[in-house]
Amino acid sequence: METFQIIVLLLDATLRVATPLVLAALAGMFSERAGVVDIGLEGKMLGAAFAAATVAAVSGSAWVGLCAGILTSLMLSSLHAYACVTHKGNQVVSGMAINIVVAGLAPTLGYAWFRMGGQTPALNGDSRFRGIVLPFAEAMRDVPIIGYIYAELISGHNIIVYMAAAAVPITAWILYRTRFGLRVRAVGENPHAVDTAGIQVDLMRYKALAVTGFLCGIAGTYLSTAHGAGFIRDMTAGKGYLALAALIFGKWKPVPTMFACLLFAFTDAVQARLQGVALPIVGEIPVQFIQALPYILTVLLLAGFVGKAHPPKAIGEPYIKER
Amino acid sequence: MTDTSPALELRRVNKRFGPVHANKDISLSVDRGTIHGIIGENGAGKSTLMSIVYGFYEADSGEILVNGEACHIDNPQSSIAAGIGMVHQHFMLVDTFTVLENIVLGVEGGFRLTEGLATARHELERLEEEYALDVDVDAIVGELPVGLRQRVEILKALYRGAEILILDEPTGVLTPQEADHLFRILDTLREQGKTVILITHKLREIMAITDNVSVMRRGEMVAHVKTQDTNREQLAELMVGRSVLLQVEKQKAQPRETLVKVQNLSYLDGDGVPRLKNIDLELKAGEILGIAGVSGNGQSELLEVLGGIVPPSSGSIQYKGEELVKSKNFTARTLRKIGLGHVPEDRHRSGLILSFEANECTILGYQDSPEYNRGLRLDQSAMVKTCEQHIEKFDVRPPDPHLKASGFSGGNQQKLVLAREMEQNPDVLLVGQPTRGVDIGAIEFIHNQLIKMRDAGKAILVVSVEIDEVMSIADRIAVMFDGEIVGELDAEDATETKLGLMMAGIRETQKAEEAAV
Repeated sequence: METFQIIVLLLDATLRVATPLVLAALAGMFSERAGVVDIGLEGKMLGAAFAAATVAAVSGSAWVGLCAGILTSLMLSSLHAYACVTHKGNQVVSGMAINIVVAGLAPTLGYAWFRMGGQTPALNGDSRFRGIVLPFAEAMRDVPIIGYIYAELISGHNIIVYMAAAAVPITAWILYRTRFGLRVRAVGENPHAVDTAGIQVDLMRYKALAVTGFLCGIAGTYLSTAHGAGFIRDMTAGKGYLALAALIFGKWKPVPTMFACLLFAFTDAVQARLQGVALPIVGEIPVQFIQALPYILTVLLLAGFVGKAHPPKAIGEPYIKER
Repeated sequence: MTDTSPALELRRVNKRFGPVHANKDISLSVDRGTIHGIIGENGAGKSTLMSIVYGFYEADSGEILVNGEACHIDNPQSSIAAGIGMVHQHFMLVDTFTVLENIVLGVEGGFRLTEGLATARHELERLEEEYALDVDVDAIVGELPVGLRQRVEILKALYRGAEILILDEPTGVLTPQEADHLFRILDTLREQGKTVILITHKLREIMAITDNVSVMRRGEMVAHVKTQDTNREQLAELMVGRSVLLQVEKQKAQPRETLVKVQNLSYLDGDGVPRLKNIDLELKAGEILGIAGVSGNGQSELLEVLGGIVPPSSGSIQYKGEELVKSKNFTARTLRKIGLGHVPEDRHRSGLILSFEANECTILGYQDSPEYNRGLRLDQSAMVKTCEQHIEKFDVRPPDPHLKASGFSGGNQQKLVLAREMEQNPDVLLVGQPTRGVDIGAIEFIHNQLIKMRDAGKAILVVSVEIDEVMSIADRIAVMFDGEIVGELDAEDATETKLGLMMAGIRETQKAEEAAV
């Protein structure tokens, strides 16, 4: 029973860590499937995390914070679109610029407003998203195995975790079963074909990037108002890049990308668990090494196991009508 | 709308791109139910004109009338609404999508795809039957051969209710047989009352299929004639503005010793796909060997291997009896030094650096020769002098050695590259697509230069996807298909049908067997 509980707790932690990754990776999927590289996922998440924490702290409502987070991320996303869709700028440069600006701006504003060394006030009560106990969770706890899994693993997460879980099938449905999805995929593969079919390429890319901004906003809000209890500088800690890696590892497809996120999150949960634990033979492993594990895994997976990934063909290229 | 009004009429259409007046006062009238050819050299403004009709560009001035009614067309959507469909030269298809998905793109019929796709499938079955256009709608477009992809484009236009179908250089990527099949489809379309506009620079197609033909030259419409009242020579003269010889005049070749001997040459690309399979070839002094084939069947790789750009996976290449493969001479640079010149098939990608001046392009590949170097510096005056000689000899226009390569027209760029390689007086010259995108006038000149080199006792290998070109200048013709030499024959015995069958991968022996059965 001991091992069983450890595994369930590990998976439970995995879900919590995976949530922002899944949301950000799906966000990146809309952008990249439409042919726009989005290295700025990191910056958008960080911006949303800061805005959500600030507004939640002032207003006392997590939901108002969520709106602020989404709005901020949408604004950053439109900035990205304005630079590289309207003005055909370099997408990597624009994304990187957003990351750098937000990384500097958020703590600066935070310091100016709250004088707490760049952090925002700690959130509690209604200003944070708290766990939701699903019906019968406590009653079922005593049912062997299934009850425990239901109570610990399925129940008790905050609303955003469930949102992320729902976002995967919804994204898949939108991408493969709707007109919008067909056009997004087409515009990332061959924008010329889309243009001659009488669809405005730039408008499509703006729409796709708006979805990216929306999802990234939720991801960022999760970090500061659900997973954490306030904004801390650099709190995204490379999660935007990790999401991008998951997107590539998942070959730009929703379900494989979700599994990639879960895998990365699982290694993270394992590393948290392994800290300070003495293993047989090797003894206690240095914390730094364990903390590096998820990143080492990322590099290995991307280098070796992806196989031949076929990115959207027109990715990274601004669409310019040929003369 | 009356029955006598033309399907499409253009009145005094003008379009400028900066200083370039691409379309000058173009007027055109296309009758309903006919196939109307628009012919002109590259850069004559044909494609621009049709892009205006399709709403890709907006005309600066002028009127477009569809069925006698003025139409304001400023984007593809309004053009589609007016019943105009276009099959572009480079297919406008999403390779990773199925045929069905490609066809509904833009006219999905609702937010959810499921119903839209079902209706489309039904409608397409009807269209395929009506116009004898057989395509599997669930196939992935990227996996279809080009001939079928073109049919998808035609279906796409018909599905959108096109009454007027514009085809821009539709046969560039097809074998002669595939082209004939396309013409049969166009015939059916005409019988069903559709109007077809065929843009091309190939006289053969105009004569084979059209009812009327309009000729464009330098942005102007210079003539409208009935196809039955004209002939190739007259059309060529109208296109170029002077009389041209369509057939190169040349003596019979006097082949001498073998200079290059290729045996069992194979090449696998980076993905491990075989691109060349057991190629055997001989290049003889005083002879032009032509390589025919639909593009993408290994010709590019053959040139790259022979030019020393990529090493072969196996096999041997002997030059004057010496083995080149694995020798230290087998690099693009040293091959040029020992007398193997190479005119790459893509002048923009590997023949020139477009942002360099003409005189700088003149020494590419020879930049370390002492002629152009003075200590550490390049000798600019020597470069300009050589360039001026090339310009004069090859009649490059404008004659400005300081103009950037991108400022020359395609034909003149090609002349710069040809001059560079030919003036080094190599013993063997490899030429890829000598006249791709080159005007008829310049084609004549380039062909004559190649013949002259041949008569001077050089060995020449010409790779071309233009079957007419290979037939007119080569003395021997080898046909490539899927990385193999399908067969080799004397130019005198070659006919378009024979070559066409070989280009589709059918061997002489196979044919004999089929005939026997």
